[in-house]
Amino acid sequence: CCTVFYLGGAPGGDMQWCFSQVKGAIDDDVAEADIISTVEFNHTGELLATGDKGGRVVIFQQEIENKSLPQFRSEYNVYSTFQSHEPEFDYLKSLEIEEKINKIRWLPQKNAAQFLLSTNDKTIKLWKISERDKRPDGYNLKEDDGRYKDPNSITSLRVPVLIPMDLMVEASPRRVFANAHTYHINSVSVNSDHETYLSADDLRVNLWHLEITDRSFNIVDIKPTNMEELTEVITAAEFHPHQCNTFVYSSSKGIIRLCDMRESALCDRHTKLFEEPEDPSNRSFFSEIISSISDVKFSHSGRYMMTRDYLSVKIWDLNMENRPVETYQVHEYLRSKLCSLYENDCIFDKFECCWNGNDSVVMTGSYNNFFRMFDRSQRRDVMLEASRENSKPMQVLKPRKVCAGGKRKKDEISVDSLDFNKKILHTAWHPQDNIIAVATTNNLYIFQDKVN
Amino acid sequence: MSGDKVKARTPEEAPADGTEVQETINVSLEKSEEAKLKARYPNLGHKPDMLRKRLQKGQKYFDSGDYNMAKANNKNKQLPTAAAPEKSEITGDHIPTPQDLPPRKPPLVASKLAG
Repeated sequence: CCTVFYLGGAPGGDMQWCFSQVKGAIDDDVAEADIISTVEFNHTGELLATGDKGGRVVIFQQEIENKSLPQFRSEYNVYSTFQSHEPEFDYLKSLEIEEKINKIRWLPQKNAAQFLLSTNDKTIKLWKISERDKRPDGYNLKEDDGRYKDPNSITSLRVPVLIPMDLMVEASPRRVFANAHTYHINSVSVNSDHETYLSADDLRVNLWHLEITDRSFNIVDIKPTNMEELTEVITAAEFHPHQCNTFVYSSSKGIIRLCDMRESALCDRHTKLFEEPEDPSNRSFFSEIISSISDVKFSHSGRYMMTRDYLSVKIWDLNMENRPVETYQVHEYLRSKLCSLYENDCIFDKFECCWNGNDSVVMTGSYNNFFRMFDRSQRRDVMLEASRENSKPMQVLKPRKVCAGGKRKKDEISVDSLDFNKKILHTAWHPQDNIIAVATTNNLYIFQDKVN
Repeated sequence: MSGDKVKARTPEEAPADGTEVQETINVSLEKSEEAKLKARYPNLGHKPDMLRKRLQKGQKYFDSGDYNMAKANNKNKQLPTAAAPEKSEITGDHIPTPQDLPPRKPPLVASKLAG
């Protein structure tokens, strides 16, 4: 079969995914701090950020393509790393506040520096990442090593100059947005106005201005007066990519609410409500749990949104509230394992999902370090694996198949052999090219499509 | 990309019989899994417990006084178990020994992704 390579990442023909790089420790003994908790490309795809359970952020930068070796596409190398959040203890509430980075979101670049928002359960921070490649030299009052000169020894004046130095990348916290969330923050989303952003916890959504840290506006509050009546929590929220007045939030009941901030200050009443109807007689104990939405993402076009629940990915047209326009089963074979998945808590795993640059393909993770891509235009899908065994340079990934039961064909893996501790919860797609970042428990894999 | 053609269920195209059959199969699978679960745990609680547990994630008591205060405030509700390794021991009844204490968090080191 022929491989077609499109500039700008348009799909079509058969995409062949190849291993490019893997980051992280090889040994199986995974320290909890090393568990990757979020992955995000910036708006140009030049930078790739990861956050982990230990509160650290690592940023990779794409190197300029190696022209002499065309088969080696550009690589991502470490650009900056810093401790974003530290563990805290709230003595008043007897709450341990984890330093785990729940989300990273990049701001669009406005000047030489890069900015990102990183958040743990309680506090959002704005980090500035800047490059320093020059330093001043020739001070009048200081020696080269920083010691102050005796002013009496100075006989002439000179103008200090900037001389080149080895590139230094510095990360500094520019804003700390604290004390606005009683419950655990699950999402942050930068508005298309580039001035405001939202943060969402289990029961509330807050609106912030990037310059102002001492106050935020509460725009959604679903906390019942009597907590005994609590039946639904917020699971994710996102701003529309172009309409600065519009955002959505998803819930544990599988409902997505779209809100328009122009309608009222408090958006408790939704503008649109997206829910797929279900026959009540079809409900089981698991129905609500597996319908809980773990991620919601607008398409780049802003026309569609995608939701991920435990077993499927759904594409919704914003103009149609009563059902999704497309539904893709990620790992249908797990439906007959729900009992054990409930017992080992895997049924509560929160998988994320992402769009490719032109919204024609969507991707999400699964167990056994498998991840899946659904090509919407071609009506094709594939399941691939991120593993060290398939990590020779430019090695093409072989499609994987899971056998639900009965006769297992050669090369298929039985559902009972799946490793449920190897979960791919976080994936990201380069905004323009066919480059993807896939996080296993503690490793980051980068795959690219094969250059023709 | 290589792979099988997948049935993306769109409202216009999907034949009514196909999806209905699939849904019936799904429902029966789920209900048989539910029966399995109820057989193992006859006193299975319901959704509010799950949500409340989720909201109370991170609850830790730093001494017995703290624990007893929280217990006094929540007389009617079920107190979520503290994150103690031995679930049968309750803070205040059990005097911790060095072996029982949860390990101290290791000092902050650089991420292995960066090295």
